[in-house]
Amino acid sequence: MRRTWAIAIKEIKQISRDPITLLMLIGAPMLMLVLYGYALNFDVEDVALAVQDRDLSSASRELVDRLIGSNRFELVATLPPGSDIQEFLDRGDAVAVLIIPERFGQKLAAGETSEAQLLIDGVDSNTATTVLGYVNGIAAGINATRARESLRVEGNEHLLSAMINYQPRVWYNPEMVSSLFLVPGLIAFLLMFTAVLSTALSVVREKERGTLEQLRVKPLRTSHILLGKLLPYLAISLAGVVLILVAARVLFGVEVRGPYPDLFLATCLFLVGALGWGLLISTIADSQAVAFQIGVLSALLPTLLLSGFLFPIRNMPQPLQIISYILVPARYYLVILRGIIVKGSDLSPFWDQMAYMAIYTFVVLTLAAVRFKRQEG
Amino acid sequence: MSEETQNRRLVVEAKHLVKRFGKFTAVDDLTLSVNEGEVFGFLGSNGAGKTTAIRVFCGLLKPTSGMARVLGIDVTDDPEEIKRRIGYMSQRFSLYEELTVLQNLRFFGGVYGLRGKAYKEREKWAIEMTNLQGKEHLQTGDLPGGWKQRLALACAVMHRPKIVFLDEPTSGVDPISRRRFWRLIDEMAGEGITVFVTTHYLDEAEHCDRLALMHAGKLMALGTVSELKEVFSDRAVLEVKCPDIIAALDLMSGQDWVLETSVFGTRMHVVVRNAQEGKRLTLQLLEGSGNAPVEAREIVPSLEDVFIHHIEKEEAAK
Repeated sequence: MRRTWAIAIKEIKQISRDPITLLMLIGAPMLMLVLYGYALNFDVEDVALAVQDRDLSSASRELVDRLIGSNRFELVATLPPGSDIQEFLDRGDAVAVLIIPERFGQKLAAGETSEAQLLIDGVDSNTATTVLGYVNGIAAGINATRARESLRVEGNEHLLSAMINYQPRVWYNPEMVSSLFLVPGLIAFLLMFTAVLSTALSVVREKERGTLEQLRVKPLRTSHILLGKLLPYLAISLAGVVLILVAARVLFGVEVRGPYPDLFLATCLFLVGALGWGLLISTIADSQAVAFQIGVLSALLPTLLLSGFLFPIRNMPQPLQIISYILVPARYYLVILRGIIVKGSDLSPFWDQMAYMAIYTFVVLTLAAVRFKRQEG
Repeated sequence: MSEETQNRRLVVEAKHLVKRFGKFTAVDDLTLSVNEGEVFGFLGSNGAGKTTAIRVFCGLLKPTSGMARVLGIDVTDDPEEIKRRIGYMSQRFSLYEELTVLQNLRFFGGVYGLRGKAYKEREKWAIEMTNLQGKEHLQTGDLPGGWKQRLALACAVMHRPKIVFLDEPTSGVDPISRRRFWRLIDEMAGEGITVFVTTHYLDEAEHCDRLALMHAGKLMALGTVSELKEVFSDRAVLEVKCPDIIAALDLMSGQDWVLETSVFGTRMHVVVRNAQEGKRLTLQLLEGSGNAPVEAREIVPSLEDVFIHHIEKEEAAK
């Protein structure tokens, strides 16, 4: 333990003398949190809507008013009848164009089914789906009101009570703010990134400078060296977590609803696994540049793409799902983080995720130790 | 002598030691022994297998075959115990450049488990030995090469090892620092520490009690400087100067009375059986070929001549 301590102390002193490392470990995650936090936003608001009203009746105006009044749409243009709609969409001036044909109001008044057309720019499929949902909802509302009206006029108002009263409630994130969904993922992503690189670069730097060879000639076990490397970076990463949580609260209003000790426990386990992955990389790479590349390819990208941070794992092809089980510990940590931060849950529902992370951590550290030891011979 | 007393006196012992990396044989059938308190020089060009042999002795590499023992411990049995009891300094000095002089000493002391009074005592000793008083809080990276080198040596012997392995400790250091460093080595040897040092500076080899000449993984010769020079006891070395040294080399190499030739800059060393006879034949041959004026004189053979002699013999045997 004393020897592990000697290495850990040395490591801390080195880091404190090396502002670039410190900046990378603490500053870079903060910067990324701010950048990603503001830039990544799945909320679809103020959809640019253009309207071509060929009817110009009170009914057509009412339809447009309902859309605008929903606060989801912003009327960017009123197109005169006969103007080129396709060119308008092509240019991207509007995401959606509502076309109300002639006799729209007239048909409605006569009790006939009246049609209106909505063109949506489907290039961004996520936005298109959301816009479609908005419009369907608004249209259903209008139809319901009309149905009610006509039933009342015909004196069949009692039929209204036979309708289904559908009352949706969104739990955990009632306003459906995407930052609440994104910030936990961002935390997992940033921690993975900094933790993996910190140990990988630190060991490879000693390789490059020849000091690792010096350590190997000392009466030190592999565990002394690896733990001596791992512990200081665990401490620094945990300090980084605190900063990220504070920033998430101040900037995005994301609070931790669940118990902190549980969050701490899961974070430590995840970090040890990630730091272990960095140590494993250091047994493969011989230069810091190579270590960085391997780190980006094996930790940064998989965590960004396959952890469920941005894209649901369930929708991925089978091989990618299998990869995510084996090589992307952030997928487990992310479930726990969303549970604790957003749902206010404790660790108990997530014992299986914790078990997977523990297995990952164990395997990675063992591999790193075996490879590190083998390099001596 | 019983085997036990022999082991106590032999600090390093290798018998038919072989280390291969794949098909490459880095150390080929090395047999040598180093006595307690000796300054043992390990000479050879780059790639001669010096560093590999040292790494085997330090318990870093396992021998492919053969035996290696350090302080009586077999390197395959207990490399950890060997590491505890030896000192090692590599040619890159391997200090932490971001740390201060004291922080480096403290770290390496800590790695050897030194604490409290025992550590303080060694720290004081190290600062005095390296002459770094008043510079304890300087960042190591800012120190000149010679100072780093002395600090690295101090770090390697913080735990008072019986033997210290120095792998090219003077490469890239100015001549004055090199001389000062050798004085330190002599001092340590005076305290009874065995010093095993590799170098490719032949002038440094003269400091060593005994020398091993390595070439292509093989031990060429072993002995004191004068013992090594005995290969020239029945022959003489001539230093020859003439205008076209390359043409002269070609011409001389073909003569049956010329045993060996080698070029040293604008001069040539020629090994012959008899100095007077050789001088006469040389002048006659070169002046006859129009390569005049020619100067030829007998010189005391240097270690370099010894070294070249062994390498040429080895190459010829192939």
